[in-house]
Amino acid sequence: MEKRITDHPVLGPLEDVKKVTIFVDGELLEAREGEMIAAALFANGRQYLRKTVKRHEPRGIYCAIGRCTDCVMMVNGVPNVRTCITEVQEGMDIRTQDGLGDWSDGETV
Amino acid sequence: MIQREVVVVGAGPAGLCASIEARRKGAEVLLIDENSRPGGQLFKQIHKFFGSKDHKAGIRGINIGTQLLKDAQQLNIETWLGCEVCGIFDENELWVVCNRDRSVRVKAERIILATGAMENSVNFPGWTLPGVMGAGAAQTMINLHRVKPGDNILMVGSGNVGVIVSYQLLQAGCNVVGIVEAAPQLGGYGVHTAKVRRAGVPFYTSHTVKKAEGVDHVRSATVVKLDPAWNQIEGSEFTVSVDTICIAAGLTPLAELAFASGCEPVYSPVLGGMVPLHDDHMHTSVSSIYIAGDISGVEEASTAMEEGRLAGLSASHSLGYVDKDKFQKEFSQAVGRLNVLRSGLFGQKRLKAKEEIFTKKKG
Repeated sequence: MEKRITDHPVLGPLEDVKKVTIFVDGELLEAREGEMIAAALFANGRQYLRKTVKRHEPRGIYCAIGRCTDCVMMVNGVPNVRTCITEVQEGMDIRTQDGLGDWSDGETV
Repeated sequence: MIQREVVVVGAGPAGLCASIEARRKGAEVLLIDENSRPGGQLFKQIHKFFGSKDHKAGIRGINIGTQLLKDAQQLNIETWLGCEVCGIFDENELWVVCNRDRSVRVKAERIILATGAMENSVNFPGWTLPGVMGAGAAQTMINLHRVKPGDNILMVGSGNVGVIVSYQLLQAGCNVVGIVEAAPQLGGYGVHTAKVRRAGVPFYTSHTVKKAEGVDHVRSATVVKLDPAWNQIEGSEFTVSVDTICIAAGLTPLAELAFASGCEPVYSPVLGGMVPLHDDHMHTSVSSIYIAGDISGVEEASTAMEEGRLAGLSASHSLGYVDKDKFQKEFSQAVGRLNVLRSGLFGQKRLKAKEEIFTKKKG
């Protein structure tokens, strides 16, 4: 079922914006320019964002305002990026984070 | 080092109003927010606000937010977005990390903390599954991001957030299968509650969620009846098929920055937990630090805006920008408006809790 709210009784029709391409665990997905990573993932039916450190249990969003850090993922090789308050960028590489993530592809060692 | 007279942390309703007020009084203001856009949680409030004309009653939160941003822009308030305040040293030196790649130190004569609050959770088995989220999180997804969190949703909590978000989920095209309330009576304003009931959403008072189940995502919720002592009644369980559970169980003030800066804490269950001790001028126990909005006790956006104005007025007065008579006049007007917001069935408890804190601050 369509996840985007294309029409709304108070907010009106969803504005047309430029689309960007993101890669999520290697899969190419379409996102709206300027939207948050978590929103783009939800729109594409993906809510499983990371696995916990010890028991590798699934986690999604909880607060959606950058406070709870349940939504952190690996973004362009950097772990622990809060996807609910980080905007998508063209060509962004987003990966499900396992535990604390892996810094080996990032800029910092 | 960068120096500013007033630094406001948080660009939600309280922080925006504090900045606007302090700037109008002549102070040099820097407004900092970690988000890429200002407005805090105002832009997801698509319902009409309560209160009197002074409180913008009848206007949707989203439109109030647009007006505040316009005011801030007209006043040329310096605003840093994408910047996190990570600490405050020696009472007035802020350590700010901008865009996650640059450290900046700012010396402020006065600091106004307007950091808001975050949602509580209810910890039933399965509450950590993807698909279980704060009601405010679902509200952010539908009204800001225009994405549905799911199709069949169970709401936990019948307070204002629970009923308002339920109604907005319906507006977004989701199905709300029910609202579960642990207390024997409903908790929200009648007008919002009635709208949801008219839409046919069932309410389950004296019920709670026993567990949520699913493999990688929530697929069902088991609801159980509670006895008068809030114990689960065995055999009363029923299971609903849902892909989302929203939890509206109140908020907790985000006061870490204040406490780490040395502000004395005080516990107020009515106001959401630990808050920085403050007086009616919104002044904390640290001489340079003021607070406003949910950090000083969880209330509503309209009270947050009034408190913001009060904090902006008090801070600029303490810097010598407002003479005594003008200050006294505007201070009592602001307090009067706040008292109106803190009246009625729900407001009186908050007024009493606030007054207890003010009294304690006096010592």
